[in-house]
Amino acid sequence: MRLPEPVLTPHVKKPHGHTLEHYLQTGGYQALRKALALTPDQVIEQVKQSGLRGRGGAGFPTGMKWGFVPKDSPKPKYLCVNADESEPGTFKDHVLMERNPHLLFEGCVIACRSIGAKVAYIYIRGEFYHVQRVLEAELEKARAAGYVGKNILGSGVDCDIWVHRGAGAYEAGEESALLESLEGKRAQPRLRPPFPAVVGLYGCPTIINNVETICNVPVIFDRGAEWFASIGPEKNTGPKLYCISGHVARPGVYETSMDVTLRELIYDYAGGIPGGRALKAVIPGGSSVNVLTPEALDAQASFDGLVKAGSMLGSAAIMVMDETTDMVWAATNLIHFYKHESCGKCTPCREGSDWMHKVLQKILRGEGSMRDIDLLLGIANNIGGKTLCPFGDAEIAPVVGMLQHFRGEFEHYVREGRSLVPLAPWRAREPAGAHAH
Amino acid sequence: MSFHPQMPYGTPQWHRSERVLADEGPPFAFTPENRQKLEEIASHYPPERRVSAVLPALYLVQEQQTHLTGNAMAHVAEVIGCSRAHVEDVASYYVMFFTKPVGKYVLQVCRTLACALNGAEHVTAELCRQLGVAPGGTDAAGEFTVMEMECLGACDRAPVVMVNNEHWHECQSPEAIQALIRDLREKGVAALTGCHHTKE
Ligand SMILES: Cc1cc2nc3c(=O)[nH]c(=O)nc-3n(C[C@H](O)[C@H](O)[C@H](O)COP(=O)(O)O)c2cc1C
Ligand code: FES
Repeated sequence: MRLPEPVLTPHVKKPHGHTLEHYLQTGGYQALRKALALTPDQVIEQVKQSGLRGRGGAGFPTGMKWGFVPKDSPKPKYLCVNADESEPGTFKDHVLMERNPHLLFEGCVIACRSIGAKVAYIYIRGEFYHVQRVLEAELEKARAAGYVGKNILGSGVDCDIWVHRGAGAYEAGEESALLESLEGKRAQPRLRPPFPAVVGLYGCPTIINNVETICNVPVIFDRGAEWFASIGPEKNTGPKLYCISGHVARPGVYETSMDVTLRELIYDYAGGIPGGRALKAVIPGGSSVNVLTPEALDAQASFDGLVKAGSMLGSAAIMVMDETTDMVWAATNLIHFYKHESCGKCTPCREGSDWMHKVLQKILRGEGSMRDIDLLLGIANNIGGKTLCPFGDAEIAPVVGMLQHFRGEFEHYVREGRSLVPLAPWRAREPAGAHAH
Repeated sequence: MSFHPQMPYGTPQWHRSERVLADEGPPFAFTPENRQKLEEIASHYPPERRVSAVLPALYLVQEQQTHLTGNAMAHVAEVIGCSRAHVEDVASYYVMFFTKPVGKYVLQVCRTLACALNGAEHVTAELCRQLGVAPGGTDAAGEFTVMEMECLGACDRAPVVMVNNEHWHECQSPEAIQALIRDLREKGVAALTGCHHTKE
């Protein structure tokens, strides 16, 4: 069934829609009461039955993840909410936290209780300072009203929530690097196993979930796991937020269910491409997934549908590029991102991103050779699957994907020394940073 | 004869670590208010995990004196209870910590794909042209620093500029740059659009 109405973002455009008073008026914190009446195991069972899958990128079943926390461990347990939201093209958690913070808090308390945690940390990216201020002001109110803190709603359950601000590092969104950063270190990944559910924050069992994942938890208890499971296609259940950006008329966050297609999202929700220009390429799940061409527009924008189409749903960040886009330039823009953000721990990723950037810049300058194109694939082949965390696989996606679909453009650069498409008006002839990096 | 090439040991040229080159700066200590703020934040973590508060502590330094200096990092190490090397290791990793002096306004322009597809290159170029700086540079008066950032998480409002790590300015165009610089000089950060979500 298609989602009949937004449930995560119905009030985001209303004045004061983010306040505790408004949240309570619209039935807020009722799901918490229902969940508190169940045992922790029953809560996890309900989450499993809802079919909720993680919204952070991998689509891992949430209930199953919670079940990995060892029950007999004497150590404290932690919930870390991943609010790093740094995947290029992604801005959904931004809206959820700023405009519906209590939904996140309610989900945190339910999640903490079911895994036996007394503390949740919301790890928010440093750039979202304005969001942090909203979160902290609303947290204060929730604490005063007894929804967060000690003995919540008289149930004897304790759960405190703290916001922890990062400082500008994409890698801090990777779950084990997030834990390192939260421990006051560089955001660099850890070797797994052990997985964080067993050895996580401060060496204790820890669950890491995306903001949107946690925001879906109260919905499960509000409307029932059965209702949740009936939304969207099988195994891709529940409401879903999509971030649409790039060359579209109405960029923004849209809520629907995962039976929607890319075509509907781009043309119906986001209003299509301005100026009647033709679509050239679409990145359906943030820069770390393979690019798709217009042939794939009828693919279902779900976890499984996009894998079938040769890409991934990732963080549901849909970046649209029209016919004026130079794909070699686009690949270079993205590889610059990965080169800049590589944490430096694994050699293939650190050195490889720099190499790929240098080779692409050479091609862009019109000095590339056909061997350079193969060199790009060779470097990518030496990165994928050879790093501690999936950053390595992420950084080769833009290059490998663009080469798979637009190899002709790369070859044109090599042969003619210039782009196949004329310089678009939105591009600067001499970008200010071109020589600085 | 030594096979070892002659190296300029002991000179700044040979010291590639930020540590040696970082300006020690004037003596530094947190103001009592900032120290109190830090203790409040540190109470969010288990007492034996105080080092978790090192990022917030570095932010407090930047609130107090715009950028991180050697003395400030030493002070942070002291109040957190870790080594100065650890603080410097962390500070040098994250892009939002400034280990060199910056202007009064740090203009952080997003350069990643969604913003670039909407003209971010022009915005940076125009800012640099009008201020007479290259990306990463500060103007002669020490008023503005232009910095290129990676995706800021507001791609629907491209191109986005962040100012001083916290204030947002959305949907920029090269035509608006002159007014932006003028308004910042006259009205400070109040001249910025802020985040559209908070507009009610
Ligand atoms: C390089 C890298 C960056 C990531 N960035 C984020 C992020 O910004 N936000 C997020 O929720 N997950 C991010 N992830 C995914 C997390 O590692 C983790 O899988 C996710 O937070 C789990 O939450 P979920 O089960 O709710 O999806 C990233 C992963 C990698 C490899
Ligand atoms: S690409 Fe600029 S904010 Fe995302």
